[in-house]
Amino acid sequence: MGVDIRVENLNAWYGAVHTLHDVNLRIPANHATALIGPSGCGKSTFVRCLNRMHETNPAARAEGKVMMGDVDIFKDATPVEIRRRVGMVFQRPNPFPTMSIYDNVASGLKLNGFRNKRVLDEVVERSLRQAALWDEVKDDLKKKSGASISGGQQQRLCIARALAVDPEVLLMDEPASALDPVSTAKIEDLIFKLKSQYTIVIVTHNMQQAARVAENTGFFLMGKLVEFAATTKIFTNPSDKRTEDYITGRFG
Amino acid sequence: MIRIKFQQSLDELKERLLVMAGLVEQAIQRSTEAYSSRDAGLCELVRLSEPAINRMEREIDQLALDLLAMEQPMAVDLRFILAVIRINADLERVGDQAVNIAGRVVDLGTQPHVDLPVDIPRLALLAAAMVRKALQAFIEGDAEMAQAVLLLDDQVDDLNRDAFRSLGNLIKESPDLAPQALNALIISRNLERVGDHATNIAEDVIFWVRGADVRHHSMEAD
Ligand SMILES: Nc1ncnc2c1ncn2[C@@H]1O[C@H](COP(=O)(O)OP(=O)(O)OP(=O)(O)O)[C@@H](O)[C@H]1O
Ligand SMILES: [Mg+2]
Repeated sequence: MGVDIRVENLNAWYGAVHTLHDVNLRIPANHATALIGPSGCGKSTFVRCLNRMHETNPAARAEGKVMMGDVDIFKDATPVEIRRRVGMVFQRPNPFPTMSIYDNVASGLKLNGFRNKRVLDEVVERSLRQAALWDEVKDDLKKKSGASISGGQQQRLCIARALAVDPEVLLMDEPASALDPVSTAKIEDLIFKLKSQYTIVIVTHNMQQAARVAENTGFFLMGKLVEFAATTKIFTNPSDKRTEDYITGRFG
Repeated sequence: MIRIKFQQSLDELKERLLVMAGLVEQAIQRSTEAYSSRDAGLCELVRLSEPAINRMEREIDQLALDLLAMEQPMAVDLRFILAVIRINADLERVGDQAVNIAGRVVDLGTQPHVDLPVDIPRLALLAAAMVRKALQAFIEGDAEMAQAVLLLDDQVDDLNRDAFRSLGNLIKESPDLAPQALNALIISRNLERVGDHATNIAEDVIFWVRGADVRHHSMEAD
């Protein structure tokens, strides 16, 4: 089950560069939330803060409060624990290229010490089914490598891998921007199905995609969250002129 | 990315709607002028303008549809295109009302002339002014001006109600004048409908500019 995410006064830096300014928002559980905004506005930085990945960059720093359910992720949990609760999918599919499909999905669990083969088999099948990939790969689970399937399949494999550790939150940073329309539709269908069980945050440059999959949308500009509202509101009647200029393509 | 081509298409859409509006306004003007002068020639002109208005309506709809499909407009642009589609439909129906009026005037022309207790020219002037003002609000993107149109509708409704009362009485008192009275009554009703379409247009302008749907509010206020 997903959890609410509450972000309070979140600030982030890369060295001396202040990239996120006092971001405040509440991301509701079991819904999809889209983040949009021009390149460099801080969307990726924001989602990377949510799983404490931002801090893995030695020059980077974050301040503020992020509550996932009752857990203050900067105080009450280690980055490793947070990664377990928060799955992440990136723009470019990044399966482990030499590992088999099976091992790709099982990798998170194995890392966490699971060895029981029956449990692993079960989790791998369930995760691949959830990611709508099972039927396409079930006969080649251990024969094919993560790199030997199509890009769209690789992205669903990465989603299966993220789901295998049973996270509460799924962060997706432009998960479909490198995919063709058919694979994109599959990912969107997947988001639609998964969002009843997870809190999904999706960064996208595709406005129609945000409109199709997300109940709420946030617009970032120059490190600030300019507007956060129901997606229909953002796309039909945004409150802020800057949001309107951006989504109608009047920018710059 | 300032989408120059898209902005030009939006301008073209507006341009075409205004041409359409010009035709429709002319038709209304001619039909009411024909009422005062019982001019069958004018009525014929009104009738002849209908195919052109219908053609324009289809063209505007097509252009709007293309823009929706190809450009995936958002926010104010999306609302603008929706407003154009709805205004387009209302204008076409104002055109229909003009044709209906012209038909009644032709019929009146075949009947003995009598003085009817109804001020059709005044009603026509008001209804036409509503259309004119609603379109002006559209041209200028002025929601306040559009709001003012909504207020005029009550006057048109009142005049139409007066017409029904006085013409109804006339029919009771002088049944031989019923054919003329009925024609005037239908014209009055047609003009009242023109006012309704102008109201719709004004509401669409407000929706476009402010993003608020104000339709049916007058019903709630009643
Ligand atoms: N590793 C890094 N080191 C230094 N600065 C960085 C780093 N990553 C991002 N930045 C800077 O932080 C700001 C926000 O970048 P971020 O990647 O969050 O933007 P974004 O909204 O995800 O953009 P895009 O849509 O292009 O992915 C930018 O000014 C960027 O140059
Ligand atoms: Mg990014």
